[in-house]
Amino acid sequence: MNIVVTVKQVPDTWAEKKLDASDKTVDRKSVDNVMNEMDEYGVEEALKIKEAHGGEVTVVTMGPDKAVETIRKALSMGADKAVHLSDESLHGSDALSTSAALAKVISTLSPDIVITSSEASDARGGVMGALLAERLGLPQLTQARKVTVDPGAGKVSVERLADNGYALVEASLPAVVGVVEKINQPRYPSFKGIMAAKKKPLTKLSAADAGLDAGSVGLPAAASTVLEAQPAPPRQSGTIVKDEGDGGAKVASYLAAQKLI
Amino acid sequence: MAEVLVLVEHTDGEPKKVTAELLTLARTLGEPSAVFLGGPGTYAKAKDYLAQYGAAKVYLVESEDIADHVAAPAAEVLSKLVADTSPVAVLAAATPDSREIAARTAARTDSGLIWDATALTADLTATQGIFGGSTIVSSKVTKGTPVVVVRPNSTAPEAAPSTPAETPVDITISDAAKGAKIVDRVVEAKSGRPDLTEAQVVVSGGRGLGAAEHFALVEKLADTLGAAVGASRAATDAGWYPHQNQVGQTGKTVSPQLYIAVGISGAIQHRAGMQTSKNIVAVNKDPEAPIFEFADYGIVGDLFNVVPQLTDEIQKHKAG
Ligand SMILES: Cc1cc2nc3c(=O)[nH]c(=O)nc-3n(C[C@H](O)[C@H](O)[C@H](O)COP(=O)(O)OP(=O)(O)OC[C@H]3O[C@@H](n4cnc5c(N)ncnc54)[C@H](O)[C@@H]3O)c2cc1C
Ligand SMILES: Cc1cc2nc3c(=O)[nH]c(=O)nc-3n(C[C@H](O)[C@H](O)[C@H](O)COP(=O)(O)OP(=O)(O)OC[C@H]3O[C@@H](n4cnc5c(N)ncnc54)[C@H](O)[C@@H]3O)c2cc1C
Repeated sequence: MNIVVTVKQVPDTWAEKKLDASDKTVDRKSVDNVMNEMDEYGVEEALKIKEAHGGEVTVVTMGPDKAVETIRKALSMGADKAVHLSDESLHGSDALSTSAALAKVISTLSPDIVITSSEASDARGGVMGALLAERLGLPQLTQARKVTVDPGAGKVSVERLADNGYALVEASLPAVVGVVEKINQPRYPSFKGIMAAKKKPLTKLSAADAGLDAGSVGLPAAASTVLEAQPAPPRQSGTIVKDEGDGGAKVASYLAAQKLI
Repeated sequence: MAEVLVLVEHTDGEPKKVTAELLTLARTLGEPSAVFLGGPGTYAKAKDYLAQYGAAKVYLVESEDIADHVAAPAAEVLSKLVADTSPVAVLAAATPDSREIAARTAARTDSGLIWDATALTADLTATQGIFGGSTIVSSKVTKGTPVVVVRPNSTAPEAAPSTPAETPVDITISDAAKGAKIVDRVVEAKSGRPDLTEAQVVVSGGRGLGAAEHFALVEKLADTLGAAVGASRAATDAGWYPHQNQVGQTGKTVSPQLYIAVGISGAIQHRAGMQTSKNIVAVNKDPEAPIFEFADYGIVGDLFNVVPQLTDEIQKHKAG
């Protein structure tokens, strides 16, 4: 199995996230950056598929040079090699051009299966799996809480989350699978894994290396633009009361006064 | 007047409230055309609803190709309609299914995509609350047909009865779009409660409940209020409540009139999914819990005393 897994570096979830005042893109400089937590589940699932069926796991990311830390994490978890698309001109890409760029890189790897996670915590688009499936012309198996691969039959099936349960979805390989966080328990990198990661192959590509047109990427090419950004008015804390045996009644009076009941 | 395509959000034909919200919003932008995509025989359940909320037209595909495959066939239809009707915008609900269909439609029609809009002006400037609602952004699509994914509970639905012209869409879904086939659907929990993302009132429980069976307290309060039930990640990770009900950064985003947090500390990742609620009420025994920093009304106390009393008092209020 030739397994590709996408990972994105994002501001740490405990950090107060901000936009850069000058170009209204995510401020990635003033905060710690980490692997998008959901992508740990994607990497884990890729490793599980490799362990069950053999093959190789290739990590793909698009992001600034610093995103190499996230690649290292995936390699230290056990992925075999990585491709890092990094170029100043990519800064500010929207979801559409990001998906086109990632699809271009991924298609050169001829994967049997492409794994993404359901959402990146900075932008929370929740669209990349669908967009990659569209761009690559592959079946879309997103929102998966369970994945079963049958390489012999060339098939993959998933349990796709639904509001009141799940749908069982089947497709032929190759396919794009998007995983949710309840799918597995990501492993921690071992010391050995961390040491080994340093020697694993890492290909760094510029936009030109990847064959991307200069005009098709980055902020200028984005199909949407941020006009203005402002901090939301802070939420004031309201009335806080200690329960003296009548706490429930007090809440009820509050709700009645607010016409909420 | 130019058309606005509205992707109808429904379950087996039963429209969801967000459809009425989208149609109401669409009327401020142009002439709303509902796009109903579903399985055979499902449209009948949606017909009157779409008319009630002012759809001027309904584009219609009822087929197994749509119902039994993930996202791609619906995106194929929607993209064809964009090409055929040159609408001013495409509106879809911020649900997992519709956002994926919207994204693929944007890619296919070479258009810009905006997700999680909470408002949209007549000139198609969208408002997005990003980073869990802590930053408010106004944004605009600059290329193609704006495809805008709108959060439920962003627009107050207003009826505007119409007699929509029904137009079946003449399309053969490509084989490529039928790659991911739904072979079975399994219902695990049918609660009879409102949808979490659509509910006007949400009652959520956290680690403070201490055990799965104590969620009964939260459910009872929720049922008294006609509310949906949510849970913190601590509660879903512990297996006390289904993952589908998780609220927060890696769960659902809710924006109800009233959010009641029971035994939830208010971690930044939980806050990201609920802080745009209009009224936040918290019950927590720790006066230092971060949730009190942004609750409108808070009780410092033991939830096992406060919640049953609250439930009783609401029942009395309703009876009285
Ligand atoms: C606050 C905010 C709002 C935004 N709003 C919009 C918008 O409305 N419309 C729009 O077109 N763009 C928007 N963008 C830009 C967009 O987020 C980026 O282009 C982004 O790379 C793709 O979207 P996502 O991170 O939401 O991906 P998601 O769809 O949430 O990500 C799912 C998965 O896709 C993979 N993935 C995503 N990005 C990468 C990457 N660069 N490299 C490798 N794998 C990746 C990861 O596995 C990730 O877990 C926004 C950005 C921010 C910060
Ligand atoms: C990447 C990432 C993503 C995450 N995504 C989410 C998410 O989507 N949603 C989410 O909720 N969390 C998320 N989390 C987890 C989040 O950080 C918190 O751990 C979680 O929200 C805590 O849940 P809790 O408030 O129920 O538990 P705790 O923080 O343990 O709080 C329990 C509270 O209950 C109170 N309590 C205990 N007993 C009683 C009693 N008898 N009466 C009254 N009060 C009582 C305590 O005082 C305490 O404040 C995420 C974390 C990470 C790192």
